Amino acid sequence: MANQLPLLQKCPTGIVGFDDITSGGLPYGRPTLLAGHAGTGKTLFSLEFILHGIEKYNEPGIFVSFEETPEDIATNVASIGFDLAHHQAENRLRVLHIELDANELIEAGDYDLDGLFLRLGAAIEATGARRIALDAVENLFSAFSDLRILRAEFRRLLKWLKQKGITAVITTERGTHSITRHGLEEYIADCVISLDQRIEDQLATRRLRVVKYRGSAHGDDEYPFVLGDNGFAVMPLTSAGLDHDVSMERISTGIESLDEMLAGGIYRGSSVLVSGTSGTGKSSVAAHMIDAACRRGERSLYFALEESPRQIMRNMSSIGFDLNRWVQAGLLQFHAARPTSGGLESHLTTLITLAEEFSPQVVIIDPVTAFNTGADMEQAKSLLIRAVDYFKVRNMTALFTSLTLGGEAAESTSVAISSLIDVWLLLRNLENAGERTRGLYVCKARGIAHSHRIREFLLTAEGVQLVDVMLDDNGQILTGSARLARLKQLDNETSSLYTEVARNHRISDVK
Amino acid sequence: MNESDIPHFEEKKDGSNWVLRLYIAGQTPKSLAAISNLHRICDEHRETKFHIEVIDLLEKPQLAEGDKIIAIPTLVRKLPEPIRKVIGDLSDTEKTLVGLQLKPKSS
Repeated sequence: MANQLPLLQKCPTGIVGFDDITSGGLPYGRPTLLAGHAGTGKTLFSLEFILHGIEKYNEPGIFVSFEETPEDIATNVASIGFDLAHHQAENRLRVLHIELDANELIEAGDYDLDGLFLRLGAAIEATGARRIALDAVENLFSAFSDLRILRAEFRRLLKWLKQKGITAVITTERGTHSITRHGLEEYIADCVISLDQRIEDQLATRRLRVVKYRGSAHGDDEYPFVLGDNGFAVMPLTSAGLDHDVSMERISTGIESLDEMLAGGIYRGSSVLVSGTSGTGKSSVAAHMIDAACRRGERSLYFALEESPRQIMRNMSSIGFDLNRWVQAGLLQFHAARPTSGGLESHLTTLITLAEEFSPQVVIIDPVTAFNTGADMEQAKSLLIRAVDYFKVRNMTALFTSLTLGGEAAESTSVAISSLIDVWLLLRNLENAGERTRGLYVCKARGIAHSHRIREFLLTAEGVQLVDVMLDDNGQILTGSARLARLKQLDNETSSLYTEVARNHRISDVK
Repeated sequence: MNESDIPHFEEKKDGSNWVLRLYIAGQTPKSLAAISNLHRICDEHRETKFHIEVIDLLEKPQLAEGDKIIAIPTLVRKLPEPIRKVIGDLSDTEKTLVGLQLKPKSS
C-alpha cells in the first residue's frame, strides 16, 4: 500500500459481508445515508456499526434514536449478544433518545437546533466518540413545520460532524419517489445505501444496494442480507473468499461402499455434486446422506426444486427410507419451491435465511440445474458460487444434484459449477446386452485418494448398493444380468479366480 | 460569557402561579430577541404572575436533557401543568400566546 496513491480511508462496520462489498467499510470521518422502508433493518445496521466499532475497532460511539426508547434498543440487541449497559458503564457508548412530539411544539419565530448540537457535543466529548448513528431522522423533519430551517440545520449538522472527523450513519425512511422522504440524499454526497424488503413466496427477502459511494469501488449488485441470530449479515459474492477454515473430519455419505470408494467418506463442509441423466438415482444418494446425518443427530435442510416433499418422501420410502420420521424429529426440514417462482437472488436469500434459522449440518439442493430455467447462466453461476461459499464458511456439507440432459456429455454440468465442487459423483446409464443399468464413479474428490472404478449402482428396497462390475474376456463392462451370468460362469469355472479378481479390485481402489 | 450578561427579570417567587423557563445558547441575536419578546409579552399580561428562569445551555449543557431541548430558543411552561413548549425567538406574539395558552386560540 505504501507506493500507492492515498485511498479514501475506510471505516469498517464489522457487519458480516458488508465490508467486503465496499472494500473496507464506510467512508471514514464522513456521513453515510442508509435509506429503507420500515422493518428493513436500518436500526440494526446502525446499531451494529456503533457496537462493532466499540468492541472490534476501539472506537467509542453514540447512538441517537429519534424513535425507539433506549430500553427497546437494549432489548433488541441483547438477543444478538450485545450488552449495551456494559459499554455505557465503561463510558464508551451513549444512547440518546431524542423525543419528538409535534403536538407539543409551537413555532413562534426563528430558531435553530443548537439544543441538539449541544447534547450531541456533550456526549461526543464525554465518550471520545469516533462514530455516531442518527436513527430515524425523518422524525426530526416531521416534528418541525419550518422545513427551510430544518434543511439548513441538517446541512449544518453534517458539516459539524465532518469537521469533527466522526463517521456517521444516518438512517431514514424511504420516499415514494426519491430515495428518502425528505430528499436527504441531496445533502449526503459521500455514501448512500438502500435497504429493501420484498415478499416472495410468503418469505421476506431483504436486499442491500450501495446506491453511491464517492471515491470508492463498490459492488453494484443487490446483495441479499439476513437479520439472523448473529445480527445483520450481507451475502456478497466474495465474502467467503478462499480463506475459510477447512475441516479434516470425514463424514459418511450413508452408502458404505461409496465411503469405501472415497477412502473413508467426504470431508465435513465440502460440496458434493451428484450428476446424471434422468432417473439415475441422484435423489437416492441425497436421501442416504440425509439419513446418515439424521442418524448422527445432525440437522438437514432439503431444498426441493422439482418435486414436492411428500413425493420425495414417498419415493424414498420405496428404497427403504422413512424420511418423515426425521421431519417429525425436527432433524429434517424441506423447502419446496419452483425455480420460476421469483428470482435467483430470492432463492439464494431464502436458502440462506432458512439455513441461518435452522443451522443444518447438511444441505441438499435438488436439482441445482433447475436454476437454469428462465435465468441466464452467469447469474445462475454467481448464485451457486455464493451458495457454495456460504455453506463452506458455515462448515455445512452441501449436496447438489445436477440433471444431465440426454444429448450432453456426461461430464458437462449445465450450470458449470463443477470447478467449485469438491466431490463429484457421476451417475450414468449403462446399456449392455439389451439391458439398461446404472453405473457410478467418482469423477473427482479433492484431497481424497478415491477409487477410479466404475461401480454398478443398484437401487434396492434397502437403499443404494454399489457392486463391482465384471469384465468379460474382451474387457467390456458387464452389468445387470450379464454381470450375474458372468459371475455364475466364473463361479462355476474357478471360484478362486473371482476371489482374486475381487481382491485386485480392492487393492486398486485403495490406491 | 457569564450569568450577569444575561438580562434578568424581576423574579416573583412568592405567589407566582406561572413558571416559565427560557433556554438559550449564548447571546445570539435570536436569544436576545427571545428574551426581549418574552419581557414584552409578560408586561402585557400583568394580571398573571410569572416566575421566569433563563438558562444558557452553553454554560449548563447538562440541563438540555431534562426538558429534552432540541431547538434554541425554547420556552417551556413548567407551571401550570401540563408542560408546554414554544420554540423560536417569540417574534410571533400570536403564536407565543397560543403556545403558552395565555389567550384562547379563537380570539
